[in-house]
Amino acid sequence: MRNRVIICEASEMIAIGLAEIIDSMAQFDVVARLDSPEHLSEKITSSDANLLIVDPMLLGFHNKDFLSQLGKEHPQVIMIALVTSYLDHSMLTPYSGFIEINDTRSKIISKMDEFVQSETTKNTDDVELSKRETDVLVAVAKGMMNKEIADQMNISIHTVISHRKNITRKTGIKSVSGLTVYALLNNLIDEKDLI
Amino acid sequence: MSQKKTSFSKDTKFAELMTEDRRLLQLLPRFGIGLGFGDRNVEQVCQMNQVNTELFLIICEIYSDSTFVPGKSELRHIDMGNLLSYLKASHQYYLEERFPHIEEHLQRIIEACGPKFGPMLSHFYDEYKQEVMRHIQYYEEEVVFPYIEALLKGQRTESYKIDEFEHNHTNIQDCLDDMMNILLKYLPGEFLPKERIEISYDIMELSDDLSRHSLIEERILIPFVESLENAQP
Repeated sequence: MRNRVIICEASEMIAIGLAEIIDSMAQFDVVARLDSPEHLSEKITSSDANLLIVDPMLLGFHNKDFLSQLGKEHPQVIMIALVTSYLDHSMLTPYSGFIEINDTRSKIISKMDEFVQSETTKNTDDVELSKRETDVLVAVAKGMMNKEIADQMNISIHTVISHRKNITRKTGIKSVSGLTVYALLNNLIDEKDLI
Repeated sequence: MSQKKTSFSKDTKFAELMTEDRRLLQLLPRFGIGLGFGDRNVEQVCQMNQVNTELFLIICEIYSDSTFVPGKSELRHIDMGNLLSYLKASHQYYLEERFPHIEEHLQRIIEACGPKFGPMLSHFYDEYKQEVMRHIQYYEEEVVFPYIEALLKGQRTESYKIDEFEHNHTNIQDCLDDMMNILLKYLPGEFLPKERIEISYDIMELSDDLSRHSLIEERILIPFVESLENAQP
């Protein structure tokens, strides 16, 4: 699954340069660039991002509070600091990692790979699908689209997407046809349910 | 992740390069480079086989270090005709050798699984294969490559631009990974375990190879074609 990245950085020059490097990677898409943290939370929701690269200097003294609030609203987002000037190392503690202004292209690429890898291994503890996730899985396996599932279960598309992400994380299966096989193997659906 | 600066150069002994990273061996048939290269260096072997040395070295770098991104100045010296025939030879290798090989194993597993699990496994694979064929044969070979070949001859069309390129190899890889998970984690243990372990090696290798293949398209093919498109006619 491709990673969706938001860059939040005041310097357009730095933001564009970093976006160019990240976009050159197969697994990453930069979905938005913001020059201030003002509408960050809404942007994460609307662009369905899972990785945020933000300059801690932009957040100022409220760095920690802001991030912990953001983390609560968007538990799926990995937060990375973009260090563009000297700053106290304690400011970096809320982040999963950091990129520095003088990192080379290949260093940035290898760091990006590590960020998403460490995040997937971190979450391997809970492997059981919840009841809701199982319902979504069955619907996906039957060939329903996200919109249909959302309408049927009376939840938002965003919630459907987040369930689907968890299903993939827990089962290790990404494609719809793979999920169908998984559902059949685990007797969650019957072959008769399929068209 | 590697931070090493690879020391591949045109003066490196060819045999040394091949032992440095064994995955590079599979590149030889795709470039049409025969064995028996003796103690010749990379440049000599490439010249003997009419292979563009710069292109060969860049592809070797990408194979042994996935973080390697060639710069514009390095791309300037590559031969596009060479790259296209390399990519076509890779496609042929996947379609005519790797997939049939995996299929043969899979067929035995499908039979062993019986009527309860066999058909769904077979259906999953068929659907996947159709997707692969569509991307490689009907899209890349019939749309993208002819477009590039025309561009090289100086013919310009407005019907297609390289920035529409479908990055579909990630889907192809995702499905391979799914197949691995199904074979190892979810299919009941009693059906041909040995065969399933063996096929997993093949799938992992193919998945790895395909990921390098898409890096080559993304970091060499696309930037190069973009520069062709932007060049004044």
